[in-house]
Amino acid sequence: MAATSKTQAADAFDEMQDVGGVRPAYAGIARWIEAHGLQALAAKRAEAEALFRRVGITFAVYGEGGDPERLIPFDVIPRILARSEWDRLARGLTQRVKALNAFIGDVYNRQEILRAGKVPAALVTSNEAFCQPMLGFTPPAGVFTHISGIDLVRTGPDEFWVLEDNCRTPSGVSYMLENREAMLRLFPGLCADHRLAPVGHYPEELLETLKEAAPPNCKGAPCVAILTPGHYNSAYYEHCFLADEMGVEVVEGADLCVQDDVVYMRTTAGPRRVDVLYRRVDDDYLDPLVFKPESMLGVPGIFGAYRAGNITLANAPGAGIADDKAIYPFVPEMIRFYLGEEPILQNVPTFLCEREEDRAFVLANIEKLVVKLARGSGGYGMLVGPHASAAQREEFARRITAKPQDYIAQPTLALSTVPTLTDNGITPRHVDLRPYVLMGKEVRIVPGGLTRVALREGSLVVNSSQGGGTKDTWVVDDGPLMVQSQTLGGMAQTQGMG
Amino acid sequence: MLSRTADSLYWMGRYTERAGNIARGMQVALRMASLAGSLQKSRDEWHNLLVATGAEHGFKATGRGATPEAVIAWLALETENSSSIANCIEAARRNGRAVRTALTVDMWEALNDTWREMRVRSATATGQDALPGFLDWVRARTLLFNGAAADTMLRDQGWLFVHLGVMLERADNTARLLDAKHEALTASKDEGTVAYAEWQALLRSVSALRSFQWVYHTRLEPKLVAELMIFRPELPRSLLACHRRVLHALEGIAEATEGRRGDPQRIAAEIHDRLAKGRVEDIMARGLHDWLTTQIDRNIELGNAIQALYLNG
Repeated sequence: MAATSKTQAADAFDEMQDVGGVRPAYAGIARWIEAHGLQALAAKRAEAEALFRRVGITFAVYGEGGDPERLIPFDVIPRILARSEWDRLARGLTQRVKALNAFIGDVYNRQEILRAGKVPAALVTSNEAFCQPMLGFTPPAGVFTHISGIDLVRTGPDEFWVLEDNCRTPSGVSYMLENREAMLRLFPGLCADHRLAPVGHYPEELLETLKEAAPPNCKGAPCVAILTPGHYNSAYYEHCFLADEMGVEVVEGADLCVQDDVVYMRTTAGPRRVDVLYRRVDDDYLDPLVFKPESMLGVPGIFGAYRAGNITLANAPGAGIADDKAIYPFVPEMIRFYLGEEPILQNVPTFLCEREEDRAFVLANIEKLVVKLARGSGGYGMLVGPHASAAQREEFARRITAKPQDYIAQPTLALSTVPTLTDNGITPRHVDLRPYVLMGKEVRIVPGGLTRVALREGSLVVNSSQGGGTKDTWVVDDGPLMVQSQTLGGMAQTQGMG
Repeated sequence: MLSRTADSLYWMGRYTERAGNIARGMQVALRMASLAGSLQKSRDEWHNLLVATGAEHGFKATGRGATPEAVIAWLALETENSSSIANCIEAARRNGRAVRTALTVDMWEALNDTWREMRVRSATATGQDALPGFLDWVRARTLLFNGAAADTMLRDQGWLFVHLGVMLERADNTARLLDAKHEALTASKDEGTVAYAEWQALLRSVSALRSFQWVYHTRLEPKLVAELMIFRPELPRSLLACHRRVLHALEGIAEATEGRRGDPQRIAAEIHDRLAKGRVEDIMARGLHDWLTTQIDRNIELGNAIQALYLNG
């Protein structure tokens, strides 16, 4: 393990190696690296890349020249969570998503949380993400956020933070599944030695979730389809992958038509009724009759069919009000308000630049903060204060002063690191975690999620459009495994596990 | 199956087949052009090929002279020519990519590798010495794709639409190649040597020069060349063989779509009937060119009917 300890980032918590040595969950992988060495690991990486390229898992990045179909770098060293750590996260995620869903239902109907003064009404009702056409509507089964991706970061053994919620169309789950497939193929023995919680049933759980949310007037087995913006979309591969895994059609707007408030897809056998649409098209482009009139991606009349109760859209239009960065600071309050519980997962302290005292603090401390667009995504339009140049900081200060409502700021967290194979050997790199939470009649979470890793040394930005990669995320049973570790590896530091 | 998926599969099949067919046509023209000196031949091979592939109109619009170099570039690489080999490869892959999950890995790799290598080859493909090798490569890639489809694809609707596209395109191509050479097939005796070379080239273009001997055991003669390419069911690229498979695919599609049928089946059956009952003597007597023109028009009519019933949704 000399390779990892030498170059460990000074102030960050390393998930594999802490002051006491190798943490128990990582004992198996540490032994593998010790036994097989860097060369073997590099060979596995080459094998993985060939595998991914062959399968054609690509991510489209446009407007930068070069090959528009790129691979997201995959790191062969897994990110490992002990079952006990995961269980707590899962409880927190379930709680959070229930509250977010309740919040959406509330703000489009009775608006109790606004009337109670727990969330400023103006922040909600004049928010760009607030969807007027949804007022007074509750979708089938009361579900708005069928699929959420909750981004978590870690700063210590027990410190997990929610960085942001994604309640619209979170992507990346195909990488979670393909990464596991790759690991099972590359390291069959290592995987067998760990009691890995499986993730491969995610598509089944997703299909079950979508079926549960079918409109009440749907007779027989619901017809489910995925709506994609088309093959220019960066996540197109994922749309096809999920459709294929679930055995449902992936459709584009032009494949659908609406007659008498019923949605049909055009098939070689004639029109076929669609009951549930997992749509990966943004609200604005969903229906030119209700939202952007120039949209070519959507389906004219689909929103009318939705309000008539003839189709379920997952996620519901307007669900984005819950994941808005200006609403984010109020999520703990939502949990208390709707569930009467204390939040299990904590929020990162957040400054809303439109508030005068917050703005003054942000401008005075910009070199210590991360500044984000309140409505940005994908790591674009972001300033990491400690890593930015003076000129970049001045530029952001100007922008904040000009349009304060567009910006939020948070303290720069010392994100945890996991050893990663780079050109300089095995070195620590910062990671985050996006678990996917499914909500139908019940909440379902496949253990783990997608671990994203910032491959540039010291970088805190994990987005794939900004040089991020991914790792397989293992949730391993702690306990019985440790007995095995001692007899096989004899490493002293694994004995402490209770 | 989604109409759009069927549409992409069908056109993927058509464009892949078309790329191979353009290459076959160019090989014939190249061969004739290289014999032109010894045969003292005056007819313009390349111009004929432009007409046969339906590319003449677009080419003329550019105002370029019909030099061999210009026509070769137009047919092989030109982005403005929707049926150039490069564009066919691009279009086939684009269609395939749009329905990735409906393809087997082998089919996708055949398509994708062709597309990737085409990008490398395009710089040098039309050089005088490189062209024959390039055309061989295109033919081989089409054969590989067809083999991958035939050997790995589930025999469901998806397969039927790919197959339908390939067969319709192939039937169209055979008719067009014949039509481009109809003068040679109705030539008078004094043009003997030139015409003979043309018949040979024509048969070669559908990989049937040896097949001719195996079927007829005699010297080439125009009537038999026409018969082989139009009426003989044993020759996989004959009009009858292709249309038999078109009809078969359309019957399968009707079955797979809960009995949805109509103009495509009717027109395909009429075309097939005309081929099954026809005699080469009648065609030659009434005029090969006219007969083939009707045939090509009916093919287009059939394509439109398929588009309207199944693919546009």
